[in-house]
Amino acid sequence: MTMWNWDAFFGYLFSPFLLRGAWTTIWLTAASGAIGLALAGLVAAAMMSNVAALRRAAQVYVWLFRGTPLLVQLVIIYTGLPQIGLRFSVVASALIGLALNEAAYLAEVIRGAIQSIPRGQRNAGLALGLTPVQTMRDVLLPQAIRIMLPTLGNSLNGLLKTTSITSIISMEELLRRTNLLIQERFLTLELFVVASIYYLVMTSAWQIVQTRLEARYGRGHLRALDNAEQR
Amino acid sequence: MIRIRNLTKRYGSFQVLTDCSLDVPDGRVLVICGPSGSGKSTLIKCINGLESFDEGSIEVDGISVGDPSARLPQLRAKVGMVFQQFELFPHLTVEQNLMLAPRRVLGRGRAEARDRAHALLDRVGLLDQAAKYPAALSGGQQQRVAIARGLAMDPGVMLFDEPTSSLDPEMIGEVLDVMIRLAETGMTMICVTHELGFARHVADEIVFMDGGRIVEAGSPEEFFTNTRTDRARRFLARLLYPGELAQAAHVERRLE
Ligand SMILES: Nc1ncnc2c1ncn2[C@@H]1O[C@H](COP(=O)(O)OP(=O)(O)OP(=O)(O)O)[C@@H](O)[C@H]1O
Ligand SMILES: [Mg+2]
Repeated sequence: MTMWNWDAFFGYLFSPFLLRGAWTTIWLTAASGAIGLALAGLVAAAMMSNVAALRRAAQVYVWLFRGTPLLVQLVIIYTGLPQIGLRFSVVASALIGLALNEAAYLAEVIRGAIQSIPRGQRNAGLALGLTPVQTMRDVLLPQAIRIMLPTLGNSLNGLLKTTSITSIISMEELLRRTNLLIQERFLTLELFVVASIYYLVMTSAWQIVQTRLEARYGRGHLRALDNAEQR
Repeated sequence: MIRIRNLTKRYGSFQVLTDCSLDVPDGRVLVICGPSGSGKSTLIKCINGLESFDEGSIEVDGISVGDPSARLPQLRAKVGMVFQQFELFPHLTVEQNLMLAPRRVLGRGRAEARDRAHALLDRVGLLDQAAKYPAALSGGQQQRVAIARGLAMDPGVMLFDEPTSSLDPEMIGEVLDVMIRLAETGMTMICVTHELGFARHVADEIVFMDGGRIVEAGSPEEFFTNTRTDRARRFLARLLYPGELAQAAHVERRLE
């Protein structure tokens, strides 16, 4: 067991190699989160559809992706699918795996949030002459977003760290790059502390964004009302 | 002009509405009353297509509501509706509540929609609340905003489903005042309400429903002084007596 190496620690703290890895983590999180959210919206719509076959398909999808480890899904996408002629790059495989997995969790969150809004709100929108789509967009969704923002925010925080699993298919995000450096010089503790600091900075920055979003969508509700009154 | 003919609706094997027929000429006020579960809400929701029905027909300004080719959003834009629970949009300010549908459905510009919203809020005495969120308003204020929101679409008819039933007693008057003034302007109105004072003075016709049927229909004069059916008489008695009994008990206590 060697002593803690401060020089190495500060050297790695600003290492371009690791910073680029962190950047990969950020855009991988943002891209798979965005794709996953869009997909989750579609799956939630299928869950609430009048068409029984769509509802069933959505159920099977959610069951499949929530019931198996992401690690297994990634390996199947990257190394299994080529055997049936579907070949994806490392980046594409990582994006697909993370997005599909995220969507399976978020679909349920979106459906729950929308269905928790009193039925009268939909009737009020329709009664004014809004189409069902306009009612969803202008009346139900903004209220559903307020309800699901805390869950969505936590989920994105989780996703930021979950991206590290893609290192298994050699995606060069922060954790894989950290591991590559460890294999060079065996400064395991220093490097993991540096990586942890990176993750903390990223999750803290996201926390600030999330707090602002929650305040924005909370307008009209009790906590936000106090602020509005003071203005 | 609303014309309902032989309307029948079932939930599975449960018959909610049976053979209901009604006419509401332009400028008239119709009051619907009847015990809980008699199908009043279901009936008025059929008028703007919020509920479907199985048999019969509904015409609003010559448009057939049940017709599969009927463009429901267009039809609903001409029929205002006020709900028991107000149903203001909590994420929008009062004026935004009044501006949303005129902008989306009628294609009005922001400035035009806001001017109209402010004029209507002034009419219901709430112009000073325009920038607030609904949660900051009292129940009575919220319901007045809801009426103004319906009027912002310049509807030909207004439907009210128990607009005062979830209000504290001291707020009922301010909402009824707005409705009375609206009736005076010649608005065609269908009101589900148990406010018999309002019915007596404002309604052109009163309809009594029970068990999904229109049991009795007539002028307020006829309905109150010459109630024809036992069921309506019993209903009126239940509605009138609790208050009178309480008053009598109060008087007796004072005398002791
Ligand atoms: N979605 C539904 N499925 C099955 N039954 C329903 C449904 N909606 C309403 N009903 C039933 O239809 C009947 C009429 O309901 P409706 O709401 O029209 O009555 P109402 O006269 O408005 O009563 P209230 O005074 O309580 O508002 C009730 O017995 C109710 O239980
Ligand atoms: Mg009702």
